[in-house]
Amino acid sequence: MWRNPEPKPGYDAVVIGGGGHGLATAYYLAKEHGMTNIAVIEKGWIGGGNSGRNTTIIRSNYLFDESAAIYNHALQLWTTLGRELNYNIMMSHRGVLNLAHDEGEGRGLKRRVEANRLNGVDSEWLDAKQVKEFCPVINISQDIRYPVLGATLQRSGGTNRHDAVVWGYARACSAMGVDIIQQCEVTGIKTAKGAVTGVETTRGFIKTPKVACVTAGHTSVIASMLDIKLPIQSHPLQALVSEPIKPLVPCVIMSNAVHVYCSQSDKGELVIGAGIDAHTSYTQRGSMDIIEHQMASLCELLPPVARLRMMRQWGGIVDTCPDASPIISKTPVKGFYINGGWGTGGWKATPGSGHVFAWTVAKDDPHPIAAPFALDRFHSGALVAEHGAAAVAH
Amino acid sequence: MFLITCPYCGTRDQSEFSNAGEAHVARPANGEELTDEQWADFVFLRNNPKGLFAERWVHTAGCRRFFNMLRNTATDEILAVYEIGAKPPKVTTVEPATPSGEAPIGSGNDAVKVMRPEEPK
Ligand SMILES: Cc1cc2nc3c(=O)[nH]c(=O)nc-3n(C[C@H](O)[C@H](O)[C@H](O)COP(=O)(O)OP(=O)(O)OC[C@H]3O[C@@H](n4cnc5c(N)ncnc54)[C@H](O)[C@@H]3O)c2cc1C
Ligand SMILES: [Zn+2]
Repeated sequence: MWRNPEPKPGYDAVVIGGGGHGLATAYYLAKEHGMTNIAVIEKGWIGGGNSGRNTTIIRSNYLFDESAAIYNHALQLWTTLGRELNYNIMMSHRGVLNLAHDEGEGRGLKRRVEANRLNGVDSEWLDAKQVKEFCPVINISQDIRYPVLGATLQRSGGTNRHDAVVWGYARACSAMGVDIIQQCEVTGIKTAKGAVTGVETTRGFIKTPKVACVTAGHTSVIASMLDIKLPIQSHPLQALVSEPIKPLVPCVIMSNAVHVYCSQSDKGELVIGAGIDAHTSYTQRGSMDIIEHQMASLCELLPPVARLRMMRQWGGIVDTCPDASPIISKTPVKGFYINGGWGTGGWKATPGSGHVFAWTVAKDDPHPIAAPFALDRFHSGALVAEHGAAAVAH
Repeated sequence: MFLITCPYCGTRDQSEFSNAGEAHVARPANGEELTDEQWADFVFLRNNPKGLFAERWVHTAGCRRFFNMLRNTATDEILAVYEIGAKPPKVTTVEPATPSGEAPIGSGNDAVKVMRPEEPK
């Protein structure tokens, strides 16, 4: 599928991190900016980080213009990515429901529907009866602790196949001449006169004038190699899947209030997730009380689930930002670029993120869609506060 | 999930506690003299090490008191619990051999071979 080359002594650019975002960055660097003498350096195997651990919920119904721009950019790229890569990424636009359980939340979600429409994001409000018609398994009884009052629906949202995206990008990168180097950890970044000159790795020094850091949960670790302190905190985020069953959940169901989300994979497993551990950690595990809480919520929302056995549970390390928006940015060190802080919800952005970051790296100038996500927003105060739209961690 | 020893109540389940972020981050005394950059540092920038970390916890479902803790974020090993205002005690812990690497035991990363510290690498 892709070559497995030895690292060359030098490249025009090095992408650290072989997850979806890193590979997408390399893909657009090669394809749109003609930078084919580049490498993606991955400490483990490609897609072994959050890419391979996430629950692939895709949507773009965020509140603010800046977010709508980047997540919608990604959504548009998703729709044709399978064809473009000639790789079946199993993109399924099955619709995403965001449930409301109280009047306040309902008002907040309706506001989001209007904001979405102004930004060209498809979004509509369903009352409880319409929710039941769209997704019959949801319990809309008034007798439960947090009854479902209604929901927003983004019909163009859905899920896809994480591994396929990673492998499709990797194959396309390799075919254009990009070296994908696995089992190779970046352990240091060399600079001279305030500019990047290369990276130290577990397989030797690699000379390069441009380093693009796309390491998700390890973004702070890489930045600290250059004494750059970031507003990012790394937390474990878990997911779990049930035994496979016949089709039960036709769409993605998300609830901020009772804090759980669920979809059904093509294999028939229910894919379930929710919250991060509140403390910082790099242990890819997660705490039991977190999944206990989300399963209790799910059993009330989708009563038949109570009879299901869970098959697997796992954790990934997510890089959260104070405003629940990513950092796509140049840095005080020339030639060092950061794309991180996507936290619990970056999968949906993968192609858009790679696309605008590749521009930023190639031109040493932020892409217009990336510009609001620069690091200096934490100085100016121009935060893109998306906690409302990002609340249930996915 | 782990067990935390509250300095006031004893050992309890982690779910009784809330994490309150990095410890020893002092609010600037000369607030009116700070630049936006300096304020941003205090408000938003935090250390996020893979390894030894000093943090605050509060015993929310118990005595409701704050205290400090030293924990290895690469393994979740708890190394010390000490009072607010006290200096962090000296501790030793096994950190990952490389910055993004995994500690030999307790990383939670299945891709890493579990090794006892005395085992040859
Ligand atoms: C359980 C879970 C569920 C999620 N669900 C969703 C969801 O439903 N929808 C959604 O939009 N998002 C979701 N996310 C978030 C999403 O997975 C991430 O935001 C996104 O995958 C980050 O992409 P990435 O490719 O940059 O990360 P990764 O795939 O983690 O890639 C980073 C890579 O960097 C490598 N690396 C780290 N340090 C070094 C080093 N020093 N040298 C070399 N390589 C290094 C890592 O090994 C890793 O492979 C979820 C995350 C988790 C954990
Ligand atoms: Zn106590």
